[in-house]
Amino acid sequence: MQGFASEFNTAIALILNGDPELWAIVLLSLKVSVFAVLISALIGMPVGAALAVSRFPGRRILIVLMNALMGFPPVVVGLLVYLMLSRSGPLGVLELLYTPTAMIIAQVVLVTPIVAALTRQVVEMLAEEYSEQLRSLGVSRLASVPVLLWDARLALVTALLAGFGRAIAEVGAVIIVGGNINHVTRVMTTTIALETSKGNLALALALGAILIGIAVAVNAMVSTLSLRAEREGLRHA
Amino acid sequence: MRDLVSEMARHITVHGVQIARNGTALLDVPHLNLAGPGPTLILGPNGSGKSLLLRCLHGLIAPDKGHVEQDGVPLNSNHKARQAMVFQRPVLLRRSVAANLEFVLKRQGLSRAARKMRIAELLIQGGLEGKARQSARSLSGGEAQRLAILRALALDPDTLFLDEPTSALDPSATQVIERMILRASAEGVRIVMVTHDIGQARRLASDVVMMQGGHVVEHGDARQVMDDPLSEASRRYLAGGLVT
Repeated sequence: MQGFASEFNTAIALILNGDPELWAIVLLSLKVSVFAVLISALIGMPVGAALAVSRFPGRRILIVLMNALMGFPPVVVGLLVYLMLSRSGPLGVLELLYTPTAMIIAQVVLVTPIVAALTRQVVEMLAEEYSEQLRSLGVSRLASVPVLLWDARLALVTALLAGFGRAIAEVGAVIIVGGNINHVTRVMTTTIALETSKGNLALALALGAILIGIAVAVNAMVSTLSLRAEREGLRHA
Repeated sequence: MRDLVSEMARHITVHGVQIARNGTALLDVPHLNLAGPGPTLILGPNGSGKSLLLRCLHGLIAPDKGHVEQDGVPLNSNHKARQAMVFQRPVLLRRSVAANLEFVLKRQGLSRAARKMRIAELLIQGGLEGKARQSARSLSGGEAQRLAILRALALDPDTLFLDEPTSALDPSATQVIERMILRASAEGVRIVMVTHDIGQARRLASDVVMMQGGHVVEHGDARQVMDDPLSEASRRYLAGGLVT
């Protein structure tokens, strides 16, 4: 018990004293996940919005598929990205395996369906409300996409935060494609897994506390924005 | 210039328009000619096809059969660009009051300075000058409908369609909206409005279209239709009886 208390005290000291190794890991985690979410937003938002306003055969199947991808096991995503990026894979020539870029790619694959599916829900609901008014104003279906995305911005930020929450807390995919290499691809979750197995609980505890702090902050932002979006008459269906 | 264009664009004709859903006829109007100066008020009980007819006239709904003409030409995108519509429940963008007006003015290609000036004019016209930066969604029902009408007028339309714009408003808010409608009409905008408020039809209408069961049962001069209706359905509706 005394051992745990001592590890806990060391963990607090690591955080408060600004331990360079700890904060380098935190920074890399944030970089990877922020980049992944930004790329997911660039892909997922237009795709989700296009699905919301368009009507074509097979649309329902695509929506079901996209919703199913939200729950795709991260380890399987890691495996698939690994196969793509490995030396004998189709993208092996790029030599991205065991780099932060590979981790970003894996997180993009995980987060994009979340962003796209939530965007589709939000934009479809808004499109239903705006549809006749926008057509009356002479706004075409295609031209309505940026209008809808802008007006749904509060709910969409919530979708991005949800995606970020998934990315930053993810361990299975990034450990496969990143390799958990010290000072190169070691992020918070993979470090916690490694250091715990080594018995170095102080660093694991310190990173765990920061990760929990980030998760709480993200959830607080999601709640606040959801409340505001609800007041504006728009929330996830 | 708008007056001249408006004079030319006042002729709306319905030719054999039919709409049915699941085998039930919702709208069946063999012929209707809206040629007068307006305001034209479309009157009738719930489910009589008033709003459906209005949407057909504006081109929001394509009829199963028949067509709508404006000035002898089938309704086209040029006509639609000179029309605007205000809905029963105002659909406002989740932006500020001024940004709602800016949205349509920008689409018209007005410069930033011209937009600013026009927004100021419109806000004064609608009594919303102190609320430019306020979120449109936080306006009261009457203010929201005023903004919806101002946004429609910002398009500088020849024809303004209104679908029961005062049905959820109290008498004083209704009075303000009616004044805006009459002013627009006086300025040359052709008004076609749906209502089930007989008093409102008396106050605003130049001509009245009476509807029942998806059919136009009577169309004529407002005073004649309101005081001496020709059809039994109109008589019963105006007398406050149940019309099915």
